[in-house]
Amino acid sequence: MDGLEQRIDGAVRGQSQPTVTILSSLLAVEDELRYIPREAVERVAEFTGATVNDVWAVASFYPNFRFRPPAARQVEVCWGASCHLMGAMGVVKAALEAAGLEGEGERADHRLSVRLNTCLGACAQAPVMAVDHHLVGRVSPDAAARRVSDLLGEDAAAAQGHTAGRFEDEVDAL
Amino acid sequence: MSPSFEQLEGEALRRRDGEAGRPWLRVGTALCGQAAGADAVVVALRDALESQEVDARLTEVGCLGLCYAEPLLDVQLPGGPRVFYGNFDPERAGEVVAGHVAGGQPVEALALGYLAPLDGLGDGSGGGGGGFVAPPGLRDLSLHPMRAWENRIALRNAGNIDPLDIYQYIASGGYRALNRALLEMTPGEALQQVNESGLRGRGGAAFPTATKWRFLAGNPSPEKYVLCNCEEGDPGAFNDKAILESDPHTLVEGVILAGYATGASRGYIFIRHGHDGPIERCRAAVGQAQELGLLGENILGSGFSFDVEVALTGDSYVAGEESALMEAIEGKRAMPRFRPPFPAQVGLFGKPTNINNVKTLAYVPEIVSKGGAWFAGIGHERSTGTAILCLSGALNYTGMMEVPLGVNLKDVLYDAAGGIRGGKKLKLLQTGGPLGGVLGADNVDVVLDFEVLRNAGAILGSGGIIAADEDTCVVDLTRSLVAFCQYESCGKCFPCRMGMSHLLEVLERICDLKGEPEDLDLMRSTGESMQAGSLCGHGQLGFNPVASALRYFPAEFEAHILEHRCPTGTCHGPRFSPARSRR
Repeated sequence: MDGLEQRIDGAVRGQSQPTVTILSSLLAVEDELRYIPREAVERVAEFTGATVNDVWAVASFYPNFRFRPPAARQVEVCWGASCHLMGAMGVVKAALEAAGLEGEGERADHRLSVRLNTCLGACAQAPVMAVDHHLVGRVSPDAAARRVSDLLGEDAAAAQGHTAGRFEDEVDAL
Repeated sequence: MSPSFEQLEGEALRRRDGEAGRPWLRVGTALCGQAAGADAVVVALRDALESQEVDARLTEVGCLGLCYAEPLLDVQLPGGPRVFYGNFDPERAGEVVAGHVAGGQPVEALALGYLAPLDGLGDGSGGGGGGFVAPPGLRDLSLHPMRAWENRIALRNAGNIDPLDIYQYIASGGYRALNRALLEMTPGEALQQVNESGLRGRGGAAFPTATKWRFLAGNPSPEKYVLCNCEEGDPGAFNDKAILESDPHTLVEGVILAGYATGASRGYIFIRHGHDGPIERCRAAVGQAQELGLLGENILGSGFSFDVEVALTGDSYVAGEESALMEAIEGKRAMPRFRPPFPAQVGLFGKPTNINNVKTLAYVPEIVSKGGAWFAGIGHERSTGTAILCLSGALNYTGMMEVPLGVNLKDVLYDAAGGIRGGKKLKLLQTGGPLGGVLGADNVDVVLDFEVLRNAGAILGSGGIIAADEDTCVVDLTRSLVAFCQYESCGKCFPCRMGMSHLLEVLERICDLKGEPEDLDLMRSTGESMQAGSLCGHGQLGFNPVASALRYFPAEFEAHILEHRCPTGTCHGPRFSPARSRR
């Protein structure tokens, strides 16, 4: 087994809770790798006694599952009703512009992604964004843009892009 | 051999008294605190204590409710009151540690106010609560409008105790109800207390809890499950997560009591993956309860065996629907099941099952402790107990409150929450999650009561109340709510899947001032099909946001459609919704 397969295997077999399912196994892989590679779909199928089709049905249903390695830095902006009313759309726009993106997604150099989140759970601090899953509340469009620019500056050195594999291309083609 | 409850309580008090002589610093690090930068406050305080060589206890707690003032630091000197510093700037940590923690004088210019020490554990001196000296120049926070309306039952420990320390929960009276129920009550007697309390489900449906429990208790199957639903996908509602983050043992104790009363063999607490704080604190609580013999075989020597597991779901709003939730625990797509059979007959893994909301179960320990009649004495007619409200949007004081049912919603908004920000006027409330729709500002003079609110066309739902001011375009807000519902439709029933998409398309057209007069009827007929042809509330109630907006603000829709103008001029801004919908 290579490194990736070992990590998948460790995550799937390392689940400590009594109820182990397709979904729990996929979540365990996501915690470990932050994405679901093809090898994980196959391993989860084998581990849970399901078919690859069954696993893919679950993985494709929950939008938290991604099928390519995540960008180096991940920005999420909440667009729930509280945040919407407190100006979330302006925050999304500013974050996307600073990231050089036209819509939700990832930069071609994999350094940063901007995505929408249906609710980050800190509604009293709306509008809320998250940087690598750390919440930032009461964020103005300017502050969001600054944050994104800073992230891109910080990571300029670390911009070692990874090339997408076959599985990811297949998923994109669906 | 597991310790007896008396031994646990003795140990809890010993630990409490052992800390009584040290200053205690508490920082709220629930999601609201984190979003305001509480993690940096904790680090700054730890550094300041270390560099100034001051001995003090530094604890991360949950949510006190005053989220607008986060990050919130609570400093209590031995035997003294709790002094709160709001919107605390980590740069001032050194000053507070030197002046207050070491020097004994609250830094008045930074302080928000004070609260009396708590009777139980909160008072570092070991109980009593009286006899403290009120700090001169500081205001009594129990008179703060957000606190003054409150009656804290489920939130009684929130923001006060360390959620990761089971002994602090026990020292505050925790697990006493469980001990009493297991050793002194039959399951039927425990259920009877819940029946007398009049407790109704707090997930939105307000179904009588004892009736639901009886369905399960009456099923003779040896394997039965109690599920606790903390999916909480409603934007604007965060009270379930806040309970898990602030006082997870209240919930764990509630789940065990529900298990005992219904004869269940196992409990599941169901949380959305990614909400790390609530998940970690809840898992820690379950682990500690297992370690001390409060979960597992023969709990407290009673002969009753029961265990609890934390189960996670992926991102899915519909997973909060009870039958979809069971699908998700089974590891499948979170899509609702046909009913009948109902969960109490055929539920999780085909076994009889009850599903309860976090808040519902969090009331149960106090109900068993103080008696159902006590709980029934709080509230309004058939709506007994309290409502746990999440206040967000254009309010001066945003946060979480637990108020007795029967309080007027107007008082909550204009007094407790301090009215609308910037002196503006309230336009509408969005309550009960996206499916709850909107309530016009002229209709907020209603008491919090499940029936009264329903008749007024509002849904209390899970307790989320989002206020929108006069600058809000109701068409744009409706479009956003429908975009959420469209994105979150699980796709099983086509009237919901396609109906939501059609509604969104029409609303986008109206927002673009390109709507047609027929569009309103088109949306209504789409809504009727969704209601008639969907398995669960997502599709059945999916037209609510549009219907309620049309009910309260018909002129605003007409202005967009007939006059091609937006009266507030605010719906032409940038517009984004997620790129990926469910397949």
